[in-house]
Amino acid sequence: MAEFTLPKNSVPTEGKTFQAPIHAQNIRRFEIYRWDPDTGENPRIDVFELDIDDCGPMILDAILKIKNDIDSSLTFRRSCREGVCGSCAMNINGKNTLACTKAIDAYPDTIKIYPLPHMQVVKDLVPDMTHFYEQYTSIKPWLETSTPAPAGSERLQSKEDRAKLDGLYECVLCACCSTSCPSYWWNSDRYLGPAVLLQAYRWLVDSRDENTAARLDALDDSFKLYRCHTIMNCTDTCPKGLNPAQAIAETKKLLVQRKLG
Amino acid sequence: MASHSNRPTSPHLQVYKLPLTGLVSISHRMTGVLLSLGLLLFVMMLSALASGNNDYQAMQALWGNWLLRLVYYGFVYALFFHLCHGVRHLLWDAGKTFASETLDHYAKLELVASLLLTLLTLIFI
Repeated sequence: MAEFTLPKNSVPTEGKTFQAPIHAQNIRRFEIYRWDPDTGENPRIDVFELDIDDCGPMILDAILKIKNDIDSSLTFRRSCREGVCGSCAMNINGKNTLACTKAIDAYPDTIKIYPLPHMQVVKDLVPDMTHFYEQYTSIKPWLETSTPAPAGSERLQSKEDRAKLDGLYECVLCACCSTSCPSYWWNSDRYLGPAVLLQAYRWLVDSRDENTAARLDALDDSFKLYRCHTIMNCTDTCPKGLNPAQAIAETKKLLVQRKLG
Repeated sequence: MASHSNRPTSPHLQVYKLPLTGLVSISHRMTGVLLSLGLLLFVMMLSALASGNNDYQAMQALWGNWLLRLVYYGFVYALFFHLCHGVRHLLWDAGKTFASETLDHYAKLELVASLLLTLLTLIFI
């Protein structure tokens, strides 16, 4: 059953405020979700006022500046700083995105940063991704074949067949889409969610994969796949401009087409 | 994961800004529930209709109340909105109208179409 409110231990309280240096001309206010596993206290919202003239252009630059100059305990994931690793996924002003590809200037006023929604928080902006990755593993995200590989060459693919993977292979598994989905919030124990379903579809349409029937069997489940109610938050929020909702719809179509023979 | 049981759940509905398409989706659910309640009213009307002149007039008088009138208009709008989004679901099931940049456009189209259908119904019926 869906729980619309936060459990008692998860309700954020007011935190500390760190003011900008006195001479700062261009100040931007950041409200950032903090939770320290060592204190046992509720999460809090800390306020950081930054001198934007002394900061890089992206949201990731801002939180790195906070970590470097103001509060070194601020904890978040980041790696590539160019939108290909998917590590710095977080909720910025009410929408999930990658901190490294979003400019500070894209937001008009105060910038509110939370961890990806409805996840267990490890610390500050770091959610526990274990379950998400387990779900990813469950769809067997690798090429499955029964025929022997051609001697002396790779398994080849026509340009047309390769083109079917466009819009799918670019997914970096940042989980922005899955954690934007109310269906996933309420049913992530059994619903696979948009990211994993897009990945599942990526293997369904790969012309080299020979396990399509078993893959479809595994997905034909009222929870794993059919908890998608086309809310479309996933497609709306994907920082890579991909379309998980469409991939899910195409998967449903494949199942119907198979049933109709 | 029992060993980490003190971990908080990150805010969800509290912070997520639902896009128009998400709002339309939840409204589809809510109008669905409302409409099933509305069916009871509809049955009440039918039964008044079947029970003869007196009951029918009593029912008519009741619906003459401006507040109930508004409720009635609301139900008509809910019906057409639910219908329009239902059509959208059919399009989606056919694999159409998914493009990210068109989502808001279609959501607005649904809202305007249901408003027009409501007005047409109220004018001509």
